[in-house]
Amino acid sequence: MFAQFLSFVKKEFLHIWRDKRTLFILFGMPVVQITLFGFALSNEVKNAKIAILDPSKDASSLRITQRFAASQYFDIEQELQSPQQIESAFKEGKIKMALIFPTQFEYNLQHGGQATIQIIADASDPNVATTVTNYANAIIGDEQQALLGSKLPYNINTSMRMLYNPQLKGAYNFVPGVMAMILLLVSTMMTSISVVREKENGTMEILLASPLRPILIIIAKAIPYLLLSMVNIGTILLLSVYALDLPIAGSLGLLLATSMLFTITALSLGLLISTLTASQQIAMLISLVGMFLPTLMLSGFMFPIENMPIPLQVMSNIIPAKWYFIIVKSIMIKGLGITAIWKETLILTGMTIGLIALTARKFKIRLE
Amino acid sequence: MIDSNSHIITANKLTKTFGDFTAVDAISLDVHKGEIFGFLGANGAGKSTAMRMFCGLLSPTSGEASVAGFDVRTQSEMIKRNIGYMSQKFSLYEDLTVRENMRLYGGIYGMSSAAIKQKTAAIVEELHLQHELNSLVKTLPLGWKQKLAFSVAIFHNPPLVFLDEPTGGVDPITRREFWEMIYRAANAGTTVFVTTHYMDEAEYCNRVCIMVDGKIEAMDTPAQLRQQFHAKGMEDVFLQLARKATRSGD
Repeated sequence: MFAQFLSFVKKEFLHIWRDKRTLFILFGMPVVQITLFGFALSNEVKNAKIAILDPSKDASSLRITQRFAASQYFDIEQELQSPQQIESAFKEGKIKMALIFPTQFEYNLQHGGQATIQIIADASDPNVATTVTNYANAIIGDEQQALLGSKLPYNINTSMRMLYNPQLKGAYNFVPGVMAMILLLVSTMMTSISVVREKENGTMEILLASPLRPILIIIAKAIPYLLLSMVNIGTILLLSVYALDLPIAGSLGLLLATSMLFTITALSLGLLISTLTASQQIAMLISLVGMFLPTLMLSGFMFPIENMPIPLQVMSNIIPAKWYFIIVKSIMIKGLGITAIWKETLILTGMTIGLIALTARKFKIRLE
Repeated sequence: MIDSNSHIITANKLTKTFGDFTAVDAISLDVHKGEIFGFLGANGAGKSTAMRMFCGLLSPTSGEASVAGFDVRTQSEMIKRNIGYMSQKFSLYEDLTVRENMRLYGGIYGMSSAAIKQKTAAIVEELHLQHELNSLVKTLPLGWKQKLAFSVAIFHNPPLVFLDEPTGGVDPITRREFWEMIYRAANAGTTVFVTTHYMDEAEYCNRVCIMVDGKIEAMDTPAQLRQQFHAKGMEDVFLQLARKATRSGD
C-alpha cells in the first residue's frame, strides 16, 4: 500500500519538475513579490525633489535648509527667488513639495518666539503628498528639538512630531500579506489545477479504476505542494530577515507551525475547488476570483478591516487569510506567543477540519 | 448464484438511472472467460455507463452483477485489483517518459520493481520501443501511444481488461496492429471487453452485444447476428437496430 502511494507521489513531483515554466514561477514569485513590495512599491518616498523660497537667508533658515539637503528623502531641486515662481515650479512637475520661509525668519523666531514655515505639496498624488509633508514636519521638528535643547526657552508651539518610522513601515504589513498570498496561490490554485487536469485528461478515470484509494490520490496530490509552500515560506522569511532587515520577533517554530496549518487550509480549499469543477480554467478562475481577490481585499493586508462597513467586516471573518495574517503579524512583528494567538489558530484549525470534511464528502469515490 | 466458473462477467437486470433518465435499463449478459466481447451502441446508448458499473466506478441503481467473481456493489475494491482499464481518452501521462509511465502503473497495482522491470522489457520488445524508453510520451506518434496505453492497461496481467473505444482517431494500419495485440492478449488468457464504433472491428470479436436506448437488443456471434438479421455485415445489423433508437446521441 505504501509503495503504491510512493510511486504516485513520485509521479506528482515529476509533473511539477517537467513543467519548468510553472516551477520557475512558483519559486520566483515570492522573491519577486518581496523585492517589489520591499523596494519598489513601498510607501516610502526617497529623493523627492523640492524647491525652497528663503527670502530671509539667516542662520536659522539656512540650518533647516541644510537639514533638508542632508536628508535622503529630499533633493533640493530649485532655489526660488520670488513667490510667483512657486506655481510655475509645480506646474513644470519638477517638484513634489515647496518649502517657504517668511522674511525675517530668525528674527520672528527669537523675538516673537514663533515662526512659520509654509509647506506646499503637490497633492495630485495624495499618498506621496502626505508622506513628504510628514517627512518635512519631522525634519523641522528635529530642528526645533535642537533649538530647545541648546538655547533659552523659545515658546514654539508645534504639533509637528516624528510620526514616521523610517525605512520599513511597509514591510510590517506586506511580508505577512505576501506569505498569505503565495501560500494561497501555490496551495489552492496549483492543487486544484493539478487534480482537475487529471479529470480533463481522463487519467482520473484510470486512477479511480485502479486499486489506489481515492483518499490516497488526494493526499498524494497535496504533498508536493505542501513541500513547495514550505520552501516558499523559507524564502520569504530569509528575504525579509536578511534583505529587508525585518526581524522575526517571536518564535520561529511557532511561525512555521502556523504557516503549515494555513498551508493545509489552503490545500484543502484547493482540493474542494477541484471536486466542484471540471475544467482547469474554471478551477483557476474560482481560485483567483473566489479566493485570491477576497484575500487581497478582506484579509486586512491591503485595507484595514476596522475601516470597512459592518457587512464587509463580518464577511472578512470567513476569509482564512485574515486569521493567518493576524497570527503572522503577532508572531513576527509583535513577538507574541501562542497565548496571544490561540483563538485565531483555533479558528483556522476549525476551518481546515471543516474544509477537509466537506472535500471528503464531495470527492466522488465513484465517477458520476 | 450469479457467479459461475466459466463466466468472468455476469449481469442480471443491471440498471443505472440518473434522476429521471435510465441510462442502462435492466441489462443481463454473461461474458465467458478468455473471449473477446464486443459492446456496440450509438453514442448515448449506455455503453460507457454499463462499462463503468462493471469497473466499479459507478454503483448500480438496481439489479446485480459480478465481475471476476466479485460483486460490483460491495466489492469494487477487489474488482479494481483484477481488471485493466483503458478509457476513451488517452490515458498515459504525456509529461512522463515511457519508462516512468510503466513504473507508475506497475507501482499503483502493487507490482514489485523486479516484475515491473521484466514486464517493461517485454513491452519494449513487443512494441520496438528500445530507443523511446526515456522519451516523453507526448513525443510519440498517436498510434504508438495507443498501443502503449493498451500495454499499460494489461501491465499487471489482469484476467479481464476493459477497453472503451480504444481505436478512436487511429489510422487503419495501427488499428489492425492494435487488434493483433488484443488477439495476443486474448490468446494469453485475458478476457477482453471492448466497446467500439467500427463495425469491421465488431467482426473481430468472438461475440458482440448491441445496446440501443439502454437495453440490449442483440447478443451473439457476428456470424449468427448476420444470419438472424439477413445482413451482409455487422454494419447492416447495427443500422437495423440503431434506427429504432429514440434517444439522440451526445
